[in-house]
Amino acid sequence: MRVFRDAGHLFRLAGLFAVGTLSFFIIRAFLVPRSFGEYGHYRGAAISEIAAHPIRFAGHQTCETCHTDVAQTKNSGKHAQVNCEACHGPLAKHADDPSIDPGKPDTAVLCVRCHAASAAKPKGFPQVDADQHSNGLPCQTCHQPHNPAIAAGGAK
Amino acid sequence: MPGVEGFMYPNEVSLYWSVLIVLYPFITGLVAGAFILASLARIFRVEAVKPTYRLALLTALAFLIVAPLPLQLHLGHPERSYEMYLTPHRSSAMAMFGFVYLWYLMAVLVVEIWLDFRADIVALSQSTTGWRRWMYLAMTLGSANVSPRALAIDERVGWLVTLIGVPSAFLLHGYVGFIFGSIKANPWWSSPLMPVVFIFSAMVSGIAAVMLLYMATTRLRRKLIDMRCVDTIAMYLFYIFIIDFSLEMLDLIHRIYEADESFRSLDFMVHTRLYFSQIVLQIFIGTLTPLVLLFLTQVMKLHEVVRKRIYAVAGSLALIGIFAMRWNVVIGGQLFSKSFLGYTTYKMALATREGLLVAIALTLLPLLILAVLVKILPPWPDAEHASIREAV
Ligand code: HEC
Ligand code: HEC
Ligand code: HEC
Ligand code: HEC
Repeated sequence: MRVFRDAGHLFRLAGLFAVGTLSFFIIRAFLVPRSFGEYGHYRGAAISEIAAHPIRFAGHQTCETCHTDVAQTKNSGKHAQVNCEACHGPLAKHADDPSIDPGKPDTAVLCVRCHAASAAKPKGFPQVDADQHSNGLPCQTCHQPHNPAIAAGGAK
Repeated sequence: MPGVEGFMYPNEVSLYWSVLIVLYPFITGLVAGAFILASLARIFRVEAVKPTYRLALLTALAFLIVAPLPLQLHLGHPERSYEMYLTPHRSSAMAMFGFVYLWYLMAVLVVEIWLDFRADIVALSQSTTGWRRWMYLAMTLGSANVSPRALAIDERVGWLVTLIGVPSAFLLHGYVGFIFGSIKANPWWSSPLMPVVFIFSAMVSGIAAVMLLYMATTRLRRKLIDMRCVDTIAMYLFYIFIIDFSLEMLDLIHRIYEADESFRSLDFMVHTRLYFSQIVLQIFIGTLTPLVLLFLTQVMKLHEVVRKRIYAVAGSLALIGIFAMRWNVVIGGQLFSKSFLGYTTYKMALATREGLLVAIALTLLPLLILAVLVKILPPWPDAEHASIREAV
């Protein structure tokens, strides 16, 4: 039994490890969300949580019910397939209550987001080097955002 | 686009893995290397390196504590990182690495240090007063048994822990290499040799670091450097360095011979963007120069002072070389386009979360921790058990 006495400190260490491991599992039981693993390696509740987020986008059909003029202009130009909120940002609040002023997008940052020249874009896509092309002028001085072709008489 | 040459895919232009991800394998490498040096004394019974045994263990601990910090700073949500332990995904290499890290820290390093220092801790808990006494008392776990039999048991258990520790150290650092080597989309990384090269370079850097630390701390304490010890360490450094270098050359020759579709692009990169860090810094300054210097100490009878200087220079250069190697792996792997048609540039930030200043701070932090550790647990060979003698 002397071995046990002389190895006593090792049992204490082992005990400490056991306590540590046990507390890990206890803490884990508290911290891991209930619904974890319900469907897969994630919280099952995440799905309903995400579904409960307030809706931020109204969708272009909603915009078009009121802004028929803009819709008409847009649908006759090359931006026909570009969604209203792709440029204006999420505007569900405004669609619910038009007295909320959505403001106007800043064309200096907006247009280059899609049109900045890059070798990675398909050749056919209209793209410009903004510095050379507009020389710092905001794009809408020459292009009407809703129907940007200059030839279309869209110039404002 | 500035810094871009040729064609890059849009998501390749700026680098995701910064200098901190360079630091991370560098630091874990030092841990693994220092531990393997310690195991030389313990498992392989190389008596000559005994004076560095405890210092090597504490060095490994100091660097291991800092090792995950670069990763934490890289994360967008570091406060969530503990979830990796709660709900690990078996297919995630990083999650599994978390457990390797924990195992190595808690089951190997801390246990081994505790066993080795237990006699000192008990003695210190009796000779100190105030809060220090309480700290040491807590560290004894309430057992003051330092009878010869108890110490003999510690010795045997410690040996076993070291025996488990060596493959664990290999695993720890092999894992870092594995994380890069297993990325099959990246031809610069994807190589089964990666973990092996990482382990050997880790040994080189760890051994060099402990050698330098031993020489520097002995100097600072105005004690005599044990030349038999540093000579032996330098010899091991030399041999392991040769293996490391051969493996890296093997990898290179293999790539040149295989010359797959990525080869021209990578070859061009090594001759341009990576020329300085790879050819000049890593190979010439960081590998060949220290190898030649160490070779000289092996074949010539040099005066002690000269040898010490050579070891200091060779050790520092080796550390620079290994750091450059990590840099070339991590940064180099992100500089070329997967289309093999273009290259980008890495611009290191200065005072951001992943900038140069943070990197410098993270390099110094382990040394600071080490300074505290050696205050708490003096590892010096001449002081070993002196406190016990005092107390008894
Ligand atoms: C219920 C009708 C209605 C809906 C739906 C609606 N709006 Fe409006 N919108 C208005 C009214 C009314 C105004 C303010 C009158 C004005 O300036 O023409 C306005 C103003 C705006 C303005 C600001 C004009 C300015 O001069 O500052 C923008 C931009 C705008 N709407 C975009 C949108 C977008 C995009 C949508 C779809 C998400 C949308 N609207 C949906 C009625 C609506
Ligand atoms: C290509 C981007 C883009 C798209 C798509 C777009 N807009 Fe606009 N819109 C703008 C910009 C830019 C302005 C601001 C023009 C200015 O400052 O004069 C603007 C202004 C407006 C205005 C203010 C009145 C005006 O005509 O200047 C309304 C209203 C509006 N948009 C509604 C819509 C609606 C509704 C849609 C979808 C049918 C839509 N927009 C689609 C970019 C866009
Ligand atoms: C969300 C992306 C997007 C944004 C933002 C955007 N565009 Fe466009 N633009 C397009 C697409 C898509 C086309 C159609 C390309 C095609 O059909 O080949 C287009 C076409 C054009 C054209 C070519 C028209 C023609 O008839 O050839 C011009 C000019 C243009 N946009 C200007 C602008 C300006 C000015 C802005 C800023 C107000 C802007 N775009 C913002 C996506 C965008
Ligand atoms: C000074 C007037 C002016 C300004 C400001 C201007 N453009 Fe243009 N843009 C033109 C003219 C003129 C054309 C040629 C029209 C055509 O060919 O139909 C053109 C053509 C384009 C085209 C089509 C290119 C192609 O290859 O088909 C795009 C895209 C475009 N502009 C984007 C922009 C963007 C983005 C801005 C703002 C950064 C901008 N423009 C500002 C005058 C202007």
